[in-house]
Amino acid sequence: MNSPEVNQQAQAWFNFKGGEWQTRIDVRDFIQKNYSPYAGDDSFLAPATERTRQLWSEISRLIEQERLKGVLDVSSEIGSSITAHKPGYINKPLERIVGLQTDAPLKRAIVPNGGLRMVEAGLEAYGFELGEAVKTAYSNYRKDHNQGVFDVYSPDILACRRSGIITGLPDAYGRGRIVGDYRRVALYGVDFLIADKKREKSELDDSVFSEEVLRSREELSEQIRALGELKEMAASYGFDIGRPAANAQQAVQWTYFGYLAAIKEQNGAAMSIGRISTFLDIYVERDMQAGLLDESAAQELFDDLIIKLRVVRFLRTPEYDQLFSGDPAWVTEAIGGMGVDGRSLVTKSSFRFLHSLYNLGPAPEPNLTVLWSNALPKGFKDFCSKASIETSSIQYESDDLMREHWGDDYAIACCVSAMRIGKQMQFFGARCNLAKTMLYAINGGVDEKTGVRVVEGFEPITSEYLDYDEVIAKFDAMMEWLATTYIKALNAIHYMHDKYHYERLEMALHDRDIYRTMACGIAGLSVAADSLSAIKYARVRVLRDENGLAIDFATEGDYPAYGNNDDRVDEIAVWLVEAFMEKIRKHKAYRGSVPTQSVLTITSNVVYGKKTGNTPDGRRAGEPFAPGANAMNGRDRKGFIASGASVAKLPYKAALDGISWTATCTPDAFGHTVADRVNNLSNCIDMFCNSSGFHVNVNVLNKDTLLDAMEHPENYPQLTLRVSGYAVNFIKLTREQQLDVINRTFHLHF
Amino acid sequence: MPHHITDNPPGFISPACVDERGRLSGFVHSFEMGSAVDGPGMRFVLFMSGCQFRCLYCHNPDTFKMHNGHLMTVEQVIGEISEYAVFLRFAGGLTISGGEPLMQAHYIREIFYLAKNDLHLHTTLDTQGFLAAHLEDEWFNDVDLVLLDIKHIDPDKHLALTSQPLQPTLDFAHRLSSMGKKMWIRYVLVPGYTDGFDDVERLAAFVTTLQGVERVEVLPFHKMGEDKWNKLDYDYRLKDVSPPDAALLQRVIGQFSSRGLYAC
Repeated sequence: MNSPEVNQQAQAWFNFKGGEWQTRIDVRDFIQKNYSPYAGDDSFLAPATERTRQLWSEISRLIEQERLKGVLDVSSEIGSSITAHKPGYINKPLERIVGLQTDAPLKRAIVPNGGLRMVEAGLEAYGFELGEAVKTAYSNYRKDHNQGVFDVYSPDILACRRSGIITGLPDAYGRGRIVGDYRRVALYGVDFLIADKKREKSELDDSVFSEEVLRSREELSEQIRALGELKEMAASYGFDIGRPAANAQQAVQWTYFGYLAAIKEQNGAAMSIGRISTFLDIYVERDMQAGLLDESAAQELFDDLIIKLRVVRFLRTPEYDQLFSGDPAWVTEAIGGMGVDGRSLVTKSSFRFLHSLYNLGPAPEPNLTVLWSNALPKGFKDFCSKASIETSSIQYESDDLMREHWGDDYAIACCVSAMRIGKQMQFFGARCNLAKTMLYAINGGVDEKTGVRVVEGFEPITSEYLDYDEVIAKFDAMMEWLATTYIKALNAIHYMHDKYHYERLEMALHDRDIYRTMACGIAGLSVAADSLSAIKYARVRVLRDENGLAIDFATEGDYPAYGNNDDRVDEIAVWLVEAFMEKIRKHKAYRGSVPTQSVLTITSNVVYGKKTGNTPDGRRAGEPFAPGANAMNGRDRKGFIASGASVAKLPYKAALDGISWTATCTPDAFGHTVADRVNNLSNCIDMFCNSSGFHVNVNVLNKDTLLDAMEHPENYPQLTLRVSGYAVNFIKLTREQQLDVINRTFHLHF
Repeated sequence: MPHHITDNPPGFISPACVDERGRLSGFVHSFEMGSAVDGPGMRFVLFMSGCQFRCLYCHNPDTFKMHNGHLMTVEQVIGEISEYAVFLRFAGGLTISGGEPLMQAHYIREIFYLAKNDLHLHTTLDTQGFLAAHLEDEWFNDVDLVLLDIKHIDPDKHLALTSQPLQPTLDFAHRLSSMGKKMWIRYVLVPGYTDGFDDVERLAAFVTTLQGVERVEVLPFHKMGEDKWNKLDYDYRLKDVSPPDAALLQRVIGQFSSRGLYAC
């Protein structure tokens, strides 16, 4: 006689093609055996239903109130956990998919495990007060991540942090960038997952109880506990997710509950949802074939899920907002891509996910990331291009590059960081400032802005004119020093994060034995490359203050600038990326992680610029850097294609955590007719990927629109545009950030 | 019937020009990689200097005089284009525009030849056709598409607008038609100058007599060239003219499309 568990499973998996996935956790195998590739166009899609429109308009009103206040409300009495809050709804009878981070929409939770100090600062900035119980617990009984990190930081790390040569370190809040395999919740149900974690733990029963094994056993116990809480949380909404999802509605709901538990527990800098659309499509197809679901009802499920993903919020401080502007959560969903067997992974639900941009209007979240390949079906490519042109809400990443490294079931953490789902994680490492490092090389480790010595043991350059070889030699040595200090800081952060702010639920949705990367990053690439180009191809005279500190540079003659497909300087940029990667690679990174790096700034290019003095490329002190791997604003004079060609030269192998490029064109630049524009954009992305380009944000905007939106934000509630690696609601940016965006190059032609 | 060069076509074509090392060269105003509005797909556009028209609305008056450009050899230009040949082959091609490219017909013929036969690119010539009567049919062998700019259909108004007669352009249009060349007709819509209902009707009627017209592009007049006129100290006479509004643009496009032409 079958047990009830087996019966539930048989029901839930009815009509699915069986395989390995039935006996052990293997979501990829399930997808490969059961999905239906779709090669057609967008004509099957259904518009928003009246219900969807009503729900969206209710939450839109709250979003507008939130914009005016900054933060709508905070649950400041309770430290967040998976089960801390009672169920919350936007409008219960209208909701197809339920679940909120707290008991009310847009009411933010506090996550003191990351750092009580940051919680207090965030509350204070918006006029809230921390609940006594939480305060007492964390002041008297419980240590947080932030305290742990500062207990071990060394003076050189603190000096780097202070001077801004390293910025954005996740040492006061959740590190994020971990993508749970939320699909497992739907496919297997939580009971199966708990049983599997118990099995993983029991395998270690007879191991030598080394530090590593003990840590693993403790983590597995926490994971099992977190899965129990997940089940409890879902039960409070009236669902038994111990069993597998039995239909499309449940599959979406179960997957979302998995994600919801993660964002209740963690306030990570980036909380991707993964790669769920094609997985969910299998359930939708099955229900449709059984006559249980029509197109309109299927679209409602996705629209409803996306409404939920659009209201994910974390409590941040104003300093954090300066770095990562516009209140992002990086609910990144990776869509499309090709299978290793050559079939496209595009399904009708890939379209449905993107179609929310029309049914609900454009929005920055979820962070819609299309995994592009030349081999994708034309209908999908053109749908994406059309949506890009009309909404500026999509980013593209080269599936051809990533598939080679990560297979065909990876997701994107944050903006550009690929990881195999449930089998890989990263230790997020923010970024260091290469332009400033170059100035340190010139000044022998003395900060150009404060005159304070940050690095010991380096001699400054004393010649009147800068000599390329001398600068390179000193720069190289300074990068070596920076990499050493940087990895020390990251090791400290991640050791403490595992200890005090472990991602119990997210890691419960991973295998026990996973691949870890230490994801470093660089900022100021184009400033450093152009400066070196100026030193090499023009003549750069150093202007020093009375203490001999180089504070400005006079550049005589022209130099080739990065972003014009000119090898003379593009090769310098390539050298910088490879050289810094070499230096990071030498170090032993925490927990056996493999060092990688990204060329990505998000919006921190503004803050990095602020903290960096005059540079030899002619950039003035305080002026923003270009974002990510972009050319400096206005210096890429040859258009979109040439600019992209420069970026595409940066080798992915030396930046496996991603290389971000943001391109902004006016609508006319894409052609005379809508069909021309769509076709041209698809071709351009093909070209960029063909030439090993990694990532591009596509914006299609007129400068006048942005200027008008600055003056009349109320008229542009949903004006969205892509910045480095994510999208923002333009009107939520600080004025400084808005000006930075407006000052960026608008390509009038490609 | 092949074209025969008669005694005295209007205008003149500049003699072939060589650099100090004897290499065929031309005066190039500028080039641009990635235009999406100068022919099908994404184009590498070579803007030549020199034009014998003086269109009142010209947005590149700095291309009037040939010597305003800088001398480039054929090799140099082909070198620039070939950087992007892979892309251009599937996404677009080469467009030579100006100024009036036919003024330097010797030079651009060579560029078209190499672009077509060595780089295997789709090639487009953007011209008003005024000088075409100087050229044999063979000259056009390596041109896949002609963007033919008809400035006005009324001969007097054409003369007033451009300072040159209309007839050579119309002759060239018929010639392309009989040669079986593909054409896009381009018409700049300037309120008060080229927006007359009857004029547009006449032009549309003329275009329907041609074979090989794939589309008619109605280009709204804009004033982005005004600064250039001022800098060059030329008298810009359209200071007070505004760009056409959407309704006017739609009306004119409609006049073409109602005759079965693909207009945009």
